[in-house]
Amino acid sequence: MEHFSMLKGLSGGSILVVAVVFLVLLYLVRNQAHKSIRAFCRVINNAMRLCASSVLQAEKRLAQRNREVLLAGGMKEVEAELEREFQRVEAVVKHDLQAYPSFHRKMADLVTKIDEDYASSTETPLLPPAWLSAVEAFAKVPAGKDSGVAMILGEIHKTLEGQQKTALDEYRKSSAVRHGLLEKIRPYCRSLSKNLEKVGKTIIGLEERAKIIDEKMTEYEQIRAKSEAATRKLSSSSLTQFVIAGFVMVIAIGGAIINFNLIALPMSEMVGGGSYIGPYKTSNVAAMVIILMELSMGLFFMESLRITRLFPLISNMDDRLRTRMLWVSFTLLLILAGVESSLAFMRDRIASDMEALRQSLAGAEVAAIASRSLIPTVGQMVLGFVLPFALTFVAIPLETFIHSSRTVLGLFVMWLLRMTALVLRLIGNVAHYSGKVVISVYDLVVAPFLWVEKKVAKGHPVEIKMSPKEEASR
Amino acid sequence: MKKIILPLFLVVGALLCGCTDTTSHSRAVYMLMDTSGTYTAELKKAQAIINFLLGTLQPGDSLAVARIDTGSFSEKDIIQKVTFDGRPSMSNEQKRVFRQKIDDFVASVQASPYTDITGGVLQAVEYLNETGAGRKTILVFSDMEEDLQKGYVRDFPIQISGIDVVALNVTKLRQDIVDPRKYMSRLAEWEKRVNAGGGRWRVINDLERLERMLEG
Repeated sequence: MEHFSMLKGLSGGSILVVAVVFLVLLYLVRNQAHKSIRAFCRVINNAMRLCASSVLQAEKRLAQRNREVLLAGGMKEVEAELEREFQRVEAVVKHDLQAYPSFHRKMADLVTKIDEDYASSTETPLLPPAWLSAVEAFAKVPAGKDSGVAMILGEIHKTLEGQQKTALDEYRKSSAVRHGLLEKIRPYCRSLSKNLEKVGKTIIGLEERAKIIDEKMTEYEQIRAKSEAATRKLSSSSLTQFVIAGFVMVIAIGGAIINFNLIALPMSEMVGGGSYIGPYKTSNVAAMVIILMELSMGLFFMESLRITRLFPLISNMDDRLRTRMLWVSFTLLLILAGVESSLAFMRDRIASDMEALRQSLAGAEVAAIASRSLIPTVGQMVLGFVLPFALTFVAIPLETFIHSSRTVLGLFVMWLLRMTALVLRLIGNVAHYSGKVVISVYDLVVAPFLWVEKKVAKGHPVEIKMSPKEEASR
Repeated sequence: MKKIILPLFLVVGALLCGCTDTTSHSRAVYMLMDTSGTYTAELKKAQAIINFLLGTLQPGDSLAVARIDTGSFSEKDIIQKVTFDGRPSMSNEQKRVFRQKIDDFVASVQASPYTDITGGVLQAVEYLNETGAGRKTILVFSDMEEDLQKGYVRDFPIQISGIDVVALNVTKLRQDIVDPRKYMSRLAEWEKRVNAGGGRWRVINDLERLERMLEG
């Protein structure tokens, strides 16, 4: 504004003179000005391109690192799964197939027994008595009126009938023995069938396990080969796990907040409601500390059970020591749950007392405390006892969240770096083309002088020596 | 292991000590009740305000209620004062006793012939500063018309820095109705005195908005 006020004092002619002088000056320093503008823009452009290239390099390194971490994590996971599958196969083999020799012997015995019994049960046809042909010959003797022959024949007939009866009785007896033997075979056959069925199931189970192992092995090989498909699969799996674990964590945080509200008020009865640590009430801090201790105990409990593996020190511990730690953490958790339950009871009492006071201050009739239902009190106590144990299970999504967040964070930083590189390149290009625009505008301002110069140059052609660089730039 | 644990405890202890907030988070309220002339009829409202305060103040806070009479710059005019216990159960019991005392006072109050508001404010400042509370409030339940007995000197600046002064239920007197400028100049005069003394001045006539008393 001050510059414009200076011009105010000048007449129109003077302003014109100043403008012409200014334009002449612009024309005289035109080449230098062009060079300066071009150099300045080139500096910005190059700097930006350099920065962008550096950022992209960093992004590449990060991508490589992320990929390595992802593959290493995936490999570890598949290894663990394979190990578990092999352990299962081992268990099946140990449990069912280790006893195969005795099982085979048992089967052979059963088959022999069945074979023997079957052989014993075969029906042998009864042989006709040896004297039958003699009787047959005698029977051909014509009886006539000879009473002796008739008597002999009658005796023979009687004897034959007796013999037939005896033979029939013997046949029935032998049939009963055969049926008995066949009856004895039945349980052996059932046992045989059951054993065969069991073996069949085991074999089918092993076959299924073998299929799973095959799939896992293929996956493992892909990861080992660092294939793009394996990386994509692992990355997608990480993102899914991150979202699911995050969702469960949010639920757990909700539970922790309820827990906090349950014990914050009664804690003021223990540590005083008027003291502060920093800007926070001591009772609130104490309640938070109790909840965090419960969470820590829950973590140690899960670690001792080897469900989670956030602390390698615990999972690598000697089994005896680990069991001790398991019991210690469980006992502490139990004590804390008991404390919280008591605090919940105390909270109910304090809250009802405060409510009674408020009502009396407001002039309302105070309801008799004795007549209150016990359900809310018991409910709060149960909640206070259960919540610490429920929070124990947060360890599982927490572990998943921590592991998957490494990948997700890596992906986010990569995206951020790519965006930064893009913006830097954009700025560089904008600077480059802005320089061209400024040069054009500059030439537009001194256009009359350039036109005169061109005319003069046409009248007196002068060879202008240019450097190869300038020629190239033209 | 012991070599690690001991320094760890020392560091954590030092950090906790360092984190301890030196500023007081407690609140102290001193309520002055005008018992002069016809204003005693308004004391039922004052009772409601005290009940509201008892319901609002937290363990660790302080509350005192005093009367405004001929010479209010005296401990004798304090009807009841208490710093609530940190334990909520004890604090509730103290509130019940406090309320009973106030009820008894309101039932047996005698009207005073003069109104020494300045003396009451000075007594309040003294009490509030002694509590060491972080937030200090003086509630003046009065028509803010000072009427001093002959010989009482109160026309000097008062030091009330860091204290909120809230005038409650400032009723309009007969002469205010005739000439509202008197009412306004009375309030303006008090505002000037409080601001000059380093305090913050507020007027709340609508007793339905009592929660605004302790704001700020």
